[in-house]
Amino acid sequence: MSTAAVTRGEFAIEVEDLRRTYRTTTGTLRRRRLEVEAVRGVSLHVARGELFGLLGPNGAGKTTTIRVLCTLLLPTSGRVMVQGLDVVQSAREVRRQIGYVFGGDRGLYDRLSALDNLRYFAELYGLEPRRHRARIGEVLEQVGLAGRERERVEGFSRGMRQRLHLARGLLHDPPVLFFDEPTIGVDPVGAREVRQLVADLSRAGKTILLTTHYMFEADSLCNRIAVISKGQIVAEGTPQALKAAVSDVTVVEIEAYGVADPVLDSMRALDGVDSVTMETRDQAQLVLVQAREASLLTGRLLQLLEGVRVERIGTREPTLEDAYVALVTAG
Amino acid sequence: MSAGRAAAQLGPPLRWPRVLVVGWFYQLKMQAQSGFMIMTALVQPLIFATIAMADQQAGNRSLPILFYALGAGIMGIWSTVVFGCGGVISWQRHQGMLEPLVMAPVPFVLVLMGITLGTATVGLYSMGATLLWAAVVFRAHVQLADPLAFILAAVVTVVSLGLLGLVMGSSFVLYRNSNSISNMLEYPVWLVTGLLVPLSLLPGWTHPLAYVLAPTWGVQALRAAALGGQPLPDLGWCLLASLAYLALGVWLVGRVEVRARSAATLTFQ
Repeated sequence: MSTAAVTRGEFAIEVEDLRRTYRTTTGTLRRRRLEVEAVRGVSLHVARGELFGLLGPNGAGKTTTIRVLCTLLLPTSGRVMVQGLDVVQSAREVRRQIGYVFGGDRGLYDRLSALDNLRYFAELYGLEPRRHRARIGEVLEQVGLAGRERERVEGFSRGMRQRLHLARGLLHDPPVLFFDEPTIGVDPVGAREVRQLVADLSRAGKTILLTTHYMFEADSLCNRIAVISKGQIVAEGTPQALKAAVSDVTVVEIEAYGVADPVLDSMRALDGVDSVTMETRDQAQLVLVQAREASLLTGRLLQLLEGVRVERIGTREPTLEDAYVALVTAG
Repeated sequence: MSAGRAAAQLGPPLRWPRVLVVGWFYQLKMQAQSGFMIMTALVQPLIFATIAMADQQAGNRSLPILFYALGAGIMGIWSTVVFGCGGVISWQRHQGMLEPLVMAPVPFVLVLMGITLGTATVGLYSMGATLLWAAVVFRAHVQLADPLAFILAAVVTVVSLGLLGLVMGSSFVLYRNSNSISNMLEYPVWLVTGLLVPLSLLPGWTHPLAYVLAPTWGVQALRAAALGGQPLPDLGWCLLASLAYLALGVWLVGRVEVRARSAATLTFQ
């Protein structure tokens, strides 16, 4: 979507030059004040009905940005609007318009049943009392928790808790939804169901801002993606556009045992190499080398791996994850 | 279903009492099942009640056993408020609940008030326990001179302590470790409000402090209703203190919410 083509009134979320600084102290005897700039001039615009992905490594500023949008944090500077409302000046009105679904075990009353959790929040969100039962029934059905609502949350699995988070976020049927890593820790079947629900909500016209570490999730769900690194947006566009940015790059995958850090540094120093990352899979190591003219490099890479047990070496086209890695490791 | 229909709302001020009562109910439901809260409300007051009542039976019979039982009961409610409000808010933060609660589009003071009133109500375990202890162990004749006034006094006392908890609770929202400071208030308040020792035995400089603290008036009203006397003046002062706490609490929580959003203290990290 071209930002220029969208008039201001069509944006559900507008962030302009957002900055957020945390003040903290360090040291035991000699206390020192520290300022950490978590978000450094983020600007983004999300159109009504759009499913927008915000990707970035841990500590990049994703959750801080979402918390500012959800009125949980005040921005240090910048302008942040949701549904045309300023999150600082009109926090309560913004809260009626948004739902926040975060991943993880926390954020629910364990000693209460799922039904009581939802009843309490139905009250806090001002649902009409005679509509409570029907609306709670609808969202329980929607998230697949119908029939389990009278059980205490403390006995719920991670996946069930995540569904309850979703149910609570949807309870007041908000037009804007924030999903902060909604599938983290959820089993593959549960995660697939959560993704299906997010897709259904998007088709129903909800504006959704999603953060995730799973690139295939962002690739399959999002209309547009912004990559945030060190508190700044480093790229923004459709998943296809982001992948196209690394289309001249080929990824060399090397499965090996016993690759030491100096070898990786030597690979990084080779001409034409954009990035080198390594993942550990059980005993094996998977080295991913993003490079231009990779076919010419393969021999030199193998030279550097002399003495290392190499199980497999091959090349492939870059994925969104490769584009993401290239963006967040640059600079 | 449309957003408008689902979120169809009563006018906000009409909804507030309901929000408060529902919040109180669920907080009470959770905390009344908490082992920590039950232990706080039961064990400590019973130990102090036992010491005071044993002293009374050993010869210091100037005051009836019920006097001490009621004082120990209020001590329990106060302990529940001090530990409960701090503990509960820390626990809400730890559970990741402070953020969803702050994000709700109702004034946060209503949410917090539900929590502190629910906590203070759990303290009624103490009152029941110390009265039962006095009757069973010390064979005290637990007959209330004016049962209706006693119930009214108990309700007003619990509400006033819950509202005092609201004033303290606002600092718990702002500062992650403030409960460690407020816990130190437990014993001094027991002493200066005359829960175990009559106010007349305390030095004069403590009296102004006693007069601004609701437990002083609450225990006097309860004792008057139980032992025979005029509970209404003390109840009036207790109500007045409650209104003052309410006004201060509303003012503080509004500011603290903004400060907490600025200082990022709503989460545990």
